[in-house]
Amino acid sequence: MERFVFLLSNGLARGAVLALFALSLVIVWRAARVVNFAQAAMAVVAVYAAFALTAASGSYWIGLLGGLLTGALLGAAVERGLMRRLPNRTPLPGMICAIGLVMVLQAGLAIAFGPQHRPMRPPFSESPIVIGGVPVLSPYNLFVLATAAAVMGALALLFAKTSLGLRLRAAAFAPETSRLLGVRVPRMATIGWTLSLATASLAALLLVPVELGLNPHSVDLLFVNAFAVAVVGGLDSPIGALTAGLGIGVLVSLVTGYVSAAAAPLAVLALLTAVLLLRPGGLFAAKEARTA
Amino acid sequence: MHTPTGTTVVAALTAAALLGLVACSTPGEDDTPGVTDDTVTIGTHQPLTGPAAAGYSTISAATAAYFAYVNDNGGIHGRDIEYIVKDDAYDPANTQTAVRQLVTEDRVFAIVNGLGTPTHASVLDYLDEQEVPDLFVSSGSLTWNQPGVYPNTFAFNADYVTEGAALAQYAIEQRPDATICVLGQDDDYGEGVLEGVEAVVGGNEIAEIQTYSTANEDLTAQIGAMMEAGCEVNILATINGFTAMAVGTAAALDWFPQWYVSSSGGDYPTLAGYLGEDTAPLLLQGMVSVNYLPFSPDDDWVELFHRINEEYNDGAPFTGNTVFGMSVGYLFAEALAAAGEDPTRESLVAAIESGDLLGNGIVPLSYGEDDHAAYRGVGITTVDDGVQDYVGTTYSVAAGQVTTVEAEPVPLEHEGIPQPPQ
Amino acid sequence: MRLTLRAAAITLAAIAATFGLDPFRNYQLATAAGVFAAVAGLTVLIGLTGQLSLGHAVLMAAGGYGYAAAATATADVAPLPVALLAGLIGAALTAGILGLLLGLAAARLHGPYLAGLTLALVIALPSAANVLPLGGEQGRSAPLLPVPEALSSLIAIEQWHAWLAIVISAAAVTPLVALRSGRHGLRMRAVLDDETAARLSGVNPGPVKTGAFVAGAIPAGLGGAALAVATQQVAPGGYGIAFSLLLVVAAVLGGLGSIGGAAIGSVLVVALPWLIDTAAEAVPADLGRRLDGNLAVLLFGAVVIAVTLARPEGIAGLLTGLRRPKTAPSEPAPTPPGEAPPSNDSKPSTNTER
Repeated sequence: MERFVFLLSNGLARGAVLALFALSLVIVWRAARVVNFAQAAMAVVAVYAAFALTAASGSYWIGLLGGLLTGALLGAAVERGLMRRLPNRTPLPGMICAIGLVMVLQAGLAIAFGPQHRPMRPPFSESPIVIGGVPVLSPYNLFVLATAAAVMGALALLFAKTSLGLRLRAAAFAPETSRLLGVRVPRMATIGWTLSLATASLAALLLVPVELGLNPHSVDLLFVNAFAVAVVGGLDSPIGALTAGLGIGVLVSLVTGYVSAAAAPLAVLALLTAVLLLRPGGLFAAKEARTA
Repeated sequence: MHTPTGTTVVAALTAAALLGLVACSTPGEDDTPGVTDDTVTIGTHQPLTGPAAAGYSTISAATAAYFAYVNDNGGIHGRDIEYIVKDDAYDPANTQTAVRQLVTEDRVFAIVNGLGTPTHASVLDYLDEQEVPDLFVSSGSLTWNQPGVYPNTFAFNADYVTEGAALAQYAIEQRPDATICVLGQDDDYGEGVLEGVEAVVGGNEIAEIQTYSTANEDLTAQIGAMMEAGCEVNILATINGFTAMAVGTAAALDWFPQWYVSSSGGDYPTLAGYLGEDTAPLLLQGMVSVNYLPFSPDDDWVELFHRINEEYNDGAPFTGNTVFGMSVGYLFAEALAAAGEDPTRESLVAAIESGDLLGNGIVPLSYGEDDHAAYRGVGITTVDDGVQDYVGTTYSVAAGQVTTVEAEPVPLEHEGIPQPPQ
Repeated sequence: MRLTLRAAAITLAAIAATFGLDPFRNYQLATAAGVFAAVAGLTVLIGLTGQLSLGHAVLMAAGGYGYAAAATATADVAPLPVALLAGLIGAALTAGILGLLLGLAAARLHGPYLAGLTLALVIALPSAANVLPLGGEQGRSAPLLPVPEALSSLIAIEQWHAWLAIVISAAAVTPLVALRSGRHGLRMRAVLDDETAARLSGVNPGPVKTGAFVAGAIPAGLGGAALAVATQQVAPGGYGIAFSLLLVVAAVLGGLGSIGGAAIGSVLVVALPWLIDTAAEAVPADLGRRLDGNLAVLLFGAVVIAVTLARPEGIAGLLTGLRRPKTAPSEPAPTPPGEAPPSNDSKPSTNTER
């Protein structure tokens, strides 16, 4: 039982970051109907910016802010400079361009900063609080969970309650009609990319301090796992990203703890297959998603 | 149907044009490949890009720096050593291409220090068939020591089984009643070390065996299980990044067991890079590891390597990889010097098999006609106040039996430039 | 049949070309041939049915393992040509069965969901190699096929393996070309265009999509076998995400749905990194060791972006566009990929006219 609680809380902390990154994929999917394969490489650029700023200023928070800003700007720049120039009839040219971008960014970072891992300190302690003799979440884990929850909430409000949210959704689902109704569709895509990359950068910034350290490939696996999460949850569904993120985080932790590390990717594959066979559009598939 | 096939013709021609029309394909025979009057060209495959670059890309840089130093001091038999480093990103498919290019196109004299078990295993048969000397493989797998099957392949690292056995032996000597556990990578590295530990303490005496995969940068579940099992001595078959993570994760859980780490994951300067210079001395205090190369801060070899690193390697951070890379370079230079005025592939292999090479390790090299392993023993190191050094205990391992021996460091001569044998 | 003759002619031309190449380039040609078979399968799958598979590397690996197992088992009891044949059957079967399983799932899935599933499959390959009897990360070895006696004074082993790889990939791709231009190809296009309409005209989309997946998987498996012939082994490390995505890059850069495009794309992804690397070696070493390897990756990425920006529909369109009439013969309604459809919402001007 103690072991279970321990693994569960570790899984939740990991899952929160996973959910946040998956959410960033959901945002860009909703705004532009693409899965951005360069999400990880772009986010890691933002983390390098945060790392440099923290090193220069000595403040974690200045670094965090600078990282988010870098991510957001990079998102806007890639949308305006690259993605917009490609035909959007099929998602493939955009995907290939993104793969090319991954190579350019990661090799560029390795040339500029070297391939070694650079340690990043979390702003709060990583020592878990012990409840009833069982170590559960650390202050840093709580910070991650709270940040993830706050961002989720804010984005949910944005999409559901604001006119910007409505325009974003409309532009993605029915670009033609939206344009007729006066929505500036291209601008909506830019905003979507900006929001998405800021969110992805935040997730990466939260993850790197608990992993090996900062390296051009630090976020690669987060992207791959988050893609699985977004698919399980349903690419249109923020709540799906949250649920599936926490779920897969816990699954990986439990399987690693009770079975073996090698079994974890197989368990994720099995879950993904099972969910998609039962619900081809993910757990929280919207009806519209089926026509996409 | 017309179009696609038509395009295919164009494509086939493009292919031929792109690949270039160079020479013909017939096998030919001539002088020793890679050796001219004033150069000897050798090659290697290393991960310079991709995730594995973080841990290993500094090795070949150190080797290249050592060769530059040798070349500036007249080379070996008046020949400069040209060292071609090919990137394989730790992907066996890339290794295959890189090594074939080195052998057929760059016509290297030998492959030296190819890095990684799955990567190098993928070219083992090819190199054997081409009869290319395959020297000082950078991996502790036992695969490289099969003189009957691979007569031209030689290991360099002390093998993983030897390291596991030595660590376990030191553990039971220091703390006879301690609960021993193992955390290993889920490949031949983890398996080899575990085999060595089992040979010494017995399979049933290991309280907890955990594995990890490099594809998941999280050891919380594993460390939690080991903590719960009441482990007191943790023997790690981890690469440096995961050693740091294991120590860090345990510290976060307020758990401070004894760490016994294999040489591939127990390099203090590298670990300090992960953990931070400020906390590393605290977290790594008392960490036990093994080594077989010169590592004492006041050692002559280390002092020389420091100088070469400053002068020829842009003063890159000085780590275990630096010593490893330069030691490999030294051993190759020594073998080349012993291979004669006009070296051939046969004389190079014979020079190594003669058993006369000294290398620069703290235990004697064990090369011989029937033995292609390099180091069959290791010395124990510990960390004290942020300084890693030998404690004076040295083991030799044969057939699962660990015996205590005296270290026999090789004195530095001729400024580290190997001289032809008299 | 004309197709067979053409295929034979191209195969012979490719084999003749091997005489102009040195051993290393013949090895590259063998690799390119293996990759070509896989990319051809992938390009038909994506281009004709719109099913985006990111897991074709796993299908190649499955073929490689199937080849290695069958060929090794047969080599002990039968002559090598028989072992080769058994290996190829093993490769086609393994990849075909895995393709069928994937295809059954894929028939229910749309674009990114299938992409997500197949990507998870690639991630799981190293684990599967550990858990299943596949030899872990060192993989399985396949028998070395030496040059036959009669030819041994004439050609090197790399050239012989290039011949075998070329013949294997020709045998894998030719049926695909026939399929693509026949009734099945028509059905696939109908499903891609409008599933409901296809259903109304008596085409059941499910089996068509599953069939397409199997048809795209078998050449990939044979491509994996060709690589195993050239390298005598198959290991999970060689079939990772990077390689799997590279297959998609090859298919799209070449031009989706086009077999010739697949050939161009495969040669590009095999030869270009090497060409760039060779060119990058001219950069003086004192510019810093960090450039080693990384510069080549950076430039390759830049080329991929530039080509996509310049030719989003693929390079094959350059060649076919010059000659192909607006509607290809025997291909009525559907718009083949590679040609811009009339409606495009990226241009504001067309929209104001509505």
